[in-house]
Amino acid sequence: MLHESVPNLAKFVEPDRVRREVYTDPTIFEMEMQRIHERVWIYCGHETQVPKAGDYYTVQVGRQPMVMVRGKDGTVNVLYNRCPHRGSMICGDRSGNTGEFFRCSYHAWTFHHDGRLKNIPMMESGYAGTRWGRDNPDCNMKRAARVENYRGFVFASLAEDGPGLLEFLGRSKVAFDDICDRSPEGRVEVVPNCFRVIQHSNWKIFLENQLDALHPSVTHQSTGRAAREVELQIEKRTGKIPLSYHMLSAFATVTIEKWDNFQTLNYPHGHCILTGYMGLRPQDPDTLEYERVLTKAYGEKRKEEILTTNIHHVLIYPGLSVQSPLQQLRAVRPLSVDKTLTEIWHFRLKGAPEPIYRRALAYYNLVNSPATLINADDLENFWKAHQGLSSEGGDWVSFHRHHGRDLERDGMVETAPDCGTSEAPMRNQMKAWSQYMTAER
Amino acid sequence: MAKRKKAVKKAAAARKPVRGTNGHDTQHAVEQFLYRQAEILDGKRWQEYIDLFADDGMYWMPPEPSHTTWDGMPAIFAEDRNLMTVRMKRVLHPDAWSQRPLWGTNHVVGNVVIERESPDGDVVARSRFHMMELRRDDVRHFAGSYVHHLRKTKDGYRIKLQRVDMTNAQAAYDYVLQVWV
Repeated sequence: MLHESVPNLAKFVEPDRVRREVYTDPTIFEMEMQRIHERVWIYCGHETQVPKAGDYYTVQVGRQPMVMVRGKDGTVNVLYNRCPHRGSMICGDRSGNTGEFFRCSYHAWTFHHDGRLKNIPMMESGYAGTRWGRDNPDCNMKRAARVENYRGFVFASLAEDGPGLLEFLGRSKVAFDDICDRSPEGRVEVVPNCFRVIQHSNWKIFLENQLDALHPSVTHQSTGRAAREVELQIEKRTGKIPLSYHMLSAFATVTIEKWDNFQTLNYPHGHCILTGYMGLRPQDPDTLEYERVLTKAYGEKRKEEILTTNIHHVLIYPGLSVQSPLQQLRAVRPLSVDKTLTEIWHFRLKGAPEPIYRRALAYYNLVNSPATLINADDLENFWKAHQGLSSEGGDWVSFHRHHGRDLERDGMVETAPDCGTSEAPMRNQMKAWSQYMTAER
Repeated sequence: MAKRKKAVKKAAAARKPVRGTNGHDTQHAVEQFLYRQAEILDGKRWQEYIDLFADDGMYWMPPEPSHTTWDGMPAIFAEDRNLMTVRMKRVLHPDAWSQRPLWGTNHVVGNVVIERESPDGDVVARSRFHMMELRRDDVRHFAGSYVHHLRKTKDGYRIKLQRVDMTNAQAAYDYVLQVWV
């Protein structure tokens, strides 16, 4: 077993390769939850998921079942979903409205939306002379150590110390700026639906795939080609191709060589950006109308800045993948060493014309729904990756592609020109992993 | 009393099988259609399955029962014949990796109720299904309800709209759905 080697975790990660146990060992998984997911900023949800006082949504942060709740003062709180009395879970549903206060279903203890104890049945007679009572903070529902909200996106950290949210995000905060700025009002609201899909593989395998520019034309060529054939038939019949087909056919038309033209930008804390966006600026009437609305709101110069933001994916390590030009995100919830839940949300640009919402919705349905035409093959690959890593046929995972050619500047690592398929994002994620896992505390 | 009589009459009507306007037994014809559709699906006869749909037909699986349209809404499936053709071509492509492993389904359709039948023979029918799926060594179980809007043609029924409310749609998906349910 690995227990003896745990103090030497640093040896599991080299700049260009990683030991397979990092993905498959349950002890390392538990340590990851303690040292990474239950310390750093984890995305809980968007404030529009809980518009009214008492609205709540449950969310897993690391291994901790939490509840995100809107208070009467408008604040969004994140609490441990647990009664301090005998430990019962307070909210048994995934979401809902708790009314004026939380009420434990076991012994009717009640709590304010910020977690403070409200009442215990027969509190005076029952607890007089004991250590238990309203003044004891242990009688409250425990709060996440820190909660911050950036442009409506709510994050929690279960550690008292560490960088603030904006310092943690660094330049990856562009994910939320890009989503919100594409709205003429500068804000978005959640589309009230969450697609939830379970992958039978380690959480890091999913994150590594998000910025893996080598895989799309291999993994997804079946869908790319199928969509290309059908879109050509449609074009023949009607003279035009629906934009939603382009999002699929690009997997065939953007060949493996072309992916080297994209670029990845790799930041501290493991965050990464993949540039390049399929169909960045179509010139159809709907897009032109949208551009007019944005110009009116922001002026020509700012509108151009917003629409030329060159992002395909932003990965916010260790738990969030954002596709800001399409206003959707995937939150990654590790369930066990070989099981990972993704929660997939779509956002509506407030004040933008309806067709813009519908275009992104088509991508949400075709790519991100549980009947996805794309991720079925990803998940098959993730499962195979995890199975293979469980084998003793080899000890290392290779991240050598374009290693040594990365350009370091301004505290970030950029892939060199025509090296878009570089495995720099994987190297960057594992660097952050190693720092978190071996940090002195 | 009149109210009571009306209720009895209504209950009696509910028990009575609906008869087609042109003399054949609609209940029987619709059941046969649904059974054949399930057989075609389990037989992976994808083009035949798509051809059960009218030219403007839709296959729709909402993510929750309260949805009344797919138009502008999140949907698990909202596919016209073109998108269904993309799905078919995808699974038939030799490099559809997720289609390589052993995989099969078995549908059982029942509780068929004719909701209404128009004078020209178009039908709205409700039914229930159970489906087991084998993929590699894993079995998954899905169940839910269908609503079929069927258009009567000289070659039999064709589907204008098939709505699929899967009870499992509310739960997290363990892996995904590769084809229609």
